[in-house]
Amino acid sequence: MTKRLILLLLAAMLAWPGITWAISDPSEALANPSAEKRAVEIGEQLRCLVCQNESIEDSGADLARDLRRIVRQQVTAGKTDQQVIDWMVSRYGNFVRLRPPFNALTFMLWASPVVALLIGCLLLLVGRRRRAPPAAPLSPAETMRLKGLLEP
Amino acid sequence: MRLDRRTLLAAPLGFTVLAGGAFYMILQRMQKGTFDPRGVPTMLSNKPLPDFNLPGIDGDGFGSADLARTPGPVVLNFFASWCAPCVEEHRLLINIANQGVPIWGIAYKDAGPQAGAFLKQRGNPYLRTARDDAGRVAIDFGITGVPESFVVDRHGIVRWHIGGPLTAQIVVDQLMPTMRAWV
Amino acid sequence: MSPELGHFALALAVALAFAQAIIPIYGAWRRDARLMRAAPALAIGQLLALATSYGCLIWSSVTDDFSVLNVAENSHSLKPLIYKISGTWGNHEGSILLWCLILALCGGTVALFGRNLPASLRARVIGVLGASSCGFMLFALLESNPFLRLFPAPMEGRDMNPLLQDPGLAFHPPMLYVGYVGFCVPFAFAVAALLEGRVDAAWGRWVRPWTLAAWCALTCGIALGSWWSYYVLGWGGFWFWDPVENASLLPWLTGTALLHSALVVEKREALKTWTVLLAIGTFSLSLSGTFLVRSGILNSVHSFATDPARGVFILGLLAVVIGGSLLLFALRAPALSNTGMFAPVSREGALVLNNILLCSIAAVVMTGTVYPLFADLLFSQKISVGPPFFQATVFPLAVPVFAAMSIGPLLSWKRATLGPVLMKIWWAAIVALVVGSVAAYGMHALPALAMGAAAWMILGAFADIIERIKLFRLPARASFARLVGLPLASFGAAFAHAGLGVTVAGIAGMSMATDSIDLVKPGEIVHMAGYDWQLVELHDAPGPNYEARVATIKVSRDGQLVTTLSPERRNFPVQGVTTTEAKIHTNGVRDLYAVLGDEREGAAVLRLHDNVMAPWIWFGGLIMAIGGMLSLADRRLRVGAPVRARAPARNQATI
Repeated sequence: MTKRLILLLLAAMLAWPGITWAISDPSEALANPSAEKRAVEIGEQLRCLVCQNESIEDSGADLARDLRRIVRQQVTAGKTDQQVIDWMVSRYGNFVRLRPPFNALTFMLWASPVVALLIGCLLLLVGRRRRAPPAAPLSPAETMRLKGLLEP
Repeated sequence: MRLDRRTLLAAPLGFTVLAGGAFYMILQRMQKGTFDPRGVPTMLSNKPLPDFNLPGIDGDGFGSADLARTPGPVVLNFFASWCAPCVEEHRLLINIANQGVPIWGIAYKDAGPQAGAFLKQRGNPYLRTARDDAGRVAIDFGITGVPESFVVDRHGIVRWHIGGPLTAQIVVDQLMPTMRAWV
Repeated sequence: MSPELGHFALALAVALAFAQAIIPIYGAWRRDARLMRAAPALAIGQLLALATSYGCLIWSSVTDDFSVLNVAENSHSLKPLIYKISGTWGNHEGSILLWCLILALCGGTVALFGRNLPASLRARVIGVLGASSCGFMLFALLESNPFLRLFPAPMEGRDMNPLLQDPGLAFHPPMLYVGYVGFCVPFAFAVAALLEGRVDAAWGRWVRPWTLAAWCALTCGIALGSWWSYYVLGWGGFWFWDPVENASLLPWLTGTALLHSALVVEKREALKTWTVLLAIGTFSLSLSGTFLVRSGILNSVHSFATDPARGVFILGLLAVVIGGSLLLFALRAPALSNTGMFAPVSREGALVLNNILLCSIAAVVMTGTVYPLFADLLFSQKISVGPPFFQATVFPLAVPVFAAMSIGPLLSWKRATLGPVLMKIWWAAIVALVVGSVAAYGMHALPALAMGAAAWMILGAFADIIERIKLFRLPARASFARLVGLPLASFGAAFAHAGLGVTVAGIAGMSMATDSIDLVKPGEIVHMAGYDWQLVELHDAPGPNYEARVATIKVSRDGQLVTTLSPERRNFPVQGVTTTEAKIHTNGVRDLYAVLGDEREGAAVLRLHDNVMAPWIWFGGLIMAIGGMLSLADRRLRVGAPVRARAPARNQATI
């Protein structure tokens, strides 16, 4: 049953007209190059929800094209990067962001490099502590005996 | 738990057992259908509908204001004539419409006469229909494909969403209980 | 007939693997030489049975036997021959069988080339390999059987996803699997060592060639996969930090750490616990990667359309293999004693740092890959972790690795001082600084830094060799004599480190890549990146199982014709899919890349890329693999392999 559902879901995704790996339309690009560059940068932060493993800039899906158009409209209207992303998030959730937000939920995620290094150093310290303690120094009597043995 | 070597050496095992347990839970839930790694859950849960007003297919369309004034909960279904799973779902929709479930339909990116022809040819389960040719309203709803369905209560608050076609199982397990709960 | 033969051979292989798992390990435990000797024979028997089985699958595909369900679902009579063969591993069932075949191949190779291993170790290694084989083949036989029949047999198959009908596919999965599965051998060595209760220098020496071989294959597999997606998917990108790509990177990272760690075990009998854990961990990661991809849990463009029921079986398999080995580790590892002591600043110290950094990078990549899953499971929140996260977190960890890579090999064992070492390598630092500064003019800060790091890595890689042949300090003839006398492993290390530098340079260079999208009529010219791209004409070109639309583009610079590119759009009628075939011209330093899109009103949408230094990304991978192969070819790994002393040397004098 679930298998059917999954297959239907996949079919639904494939039901988009022309989920060809089509490249985008040159007429989409904004005339102003710096605005276009900004739009591309924002687009590269947004996940294409149909293919789910490309940004909307790279994806050929129809939905991606629509979202690209919306991003460009908003950039032309003077919205900031954050406002555009917030607009998308209010409709699709944090899932649409390729760069996860930094909040209580994702704290461990963003802290992972530091945590990993700390654990590594911890292992190192524990490992070093375990080293056999150096042999106790010889007592004067033992030193005399050693001297006697070594000298012919 | 002392932080000595023995404990540390058992840590990978402990970690793996936890991870394994978690993955097992995930698989169980996937089989039951309560966990969908590919699904994009709706942001509209228990929130009011986005504002919209759409033209009709053959006749009057409807808008969010209309959905906020219905006598009871309504199923809102996004469909398209070019979409194969929608055709499959269509039969089920006719079925439940005949049982008295109110369904309103929005044709997504279905320009021209195709949507109307589709409904004429296969039957019309919808009490009211509208068309979203540009797909902008669908984006406001957070749609990623068709078909998708919502349950909207009589005040225009979204109470349930499914990203994909309705099946008999989903109708029985989820849709009907939601409709009954928000009467 | 042949599918049934294949089916039977698979079942036979399961039986042999079961015997292979039980008999040698029992024999090693009981020190029964006869039982231990059975190990190689069983391993080779299993290999032959499985080879027969896979051969039958290929035969069914090549002869268009659509009564086999697997062939009917994935093949088509019009498919070109090479894709009929490579298509056997382009689907879930066939790829699992390929996995099993390579696992059996590992067992057979250990049986054939492991003659210099002590009998008990060899028996245990082959036994562990047999146990793993048994598990996976049971999975294949029971849950993913490629030999299921279909009755009545359809007249025609459903054809394979056209994206997979490409020469790159023919090599990418088998190479990748040899890498993934190849790490089973170090894993088996680690488990065998834990069973025996000792890890020593000899073990370190024996484990290294197998680790090298698997590492080479995995490096090639990953590079091939990245290159393939670059030229097939048409967006000029090469790595998306997709969960399945990450799943292949994780064993590569820990495998690299393992390679270096085993060196320390061999030379200094230290870092034993690390090395054993890394060996277990690397194979565990490749297994987990398989699980995640095939269970449908991960959101990925690579995922096969499988269902969670299979996932439960694989999870059970993983529980036994990974859980069992880690349990053994928890029980036996405390007894492993380290005899080598070393100062923090020493080659061992540098390798410990290397371990920590590489494992940290692996931990970060793993966290990023599975975090969305756990966020959804535990908190019902959907987030997604994409390239921006990985770039922000992996790069800061990678920089210390790059820096240390050139210094580490120059440090001496046990105790070293940093000063003299830095003096030996000052010239590389200067050149790196110069390169980085020059790069900063054309690039952003981060890629320029990466370029400098790449120069540092490439030059530093050869610093050790330059030191040893005392270049410029001896007459040229003497230096050359020394060069020829150097062991291959030195060259291997130099090439491998330099190869990574080349890849980093390529990635940094790609930050300067430019592209443009235009609607072009035949005859019109687009000016981009200093080249003139002229669309000459568009025409139709039928293929064996597709119809194509081809654009002919002449690329010139200053009036001179550089190349003619013919990108295509192919329509596969059976599957109803359209794909684009990008065409690339490379001169070794930059790629000119053209993609054909939709056509409108007699004009075509063309996407043109100038990918600066893209080829270096894959050259680097190739150079790394060559380095690995050079090290493998080193005679010291084959001749003069250590033999364990029979009895401890007696003291002649007693105090």
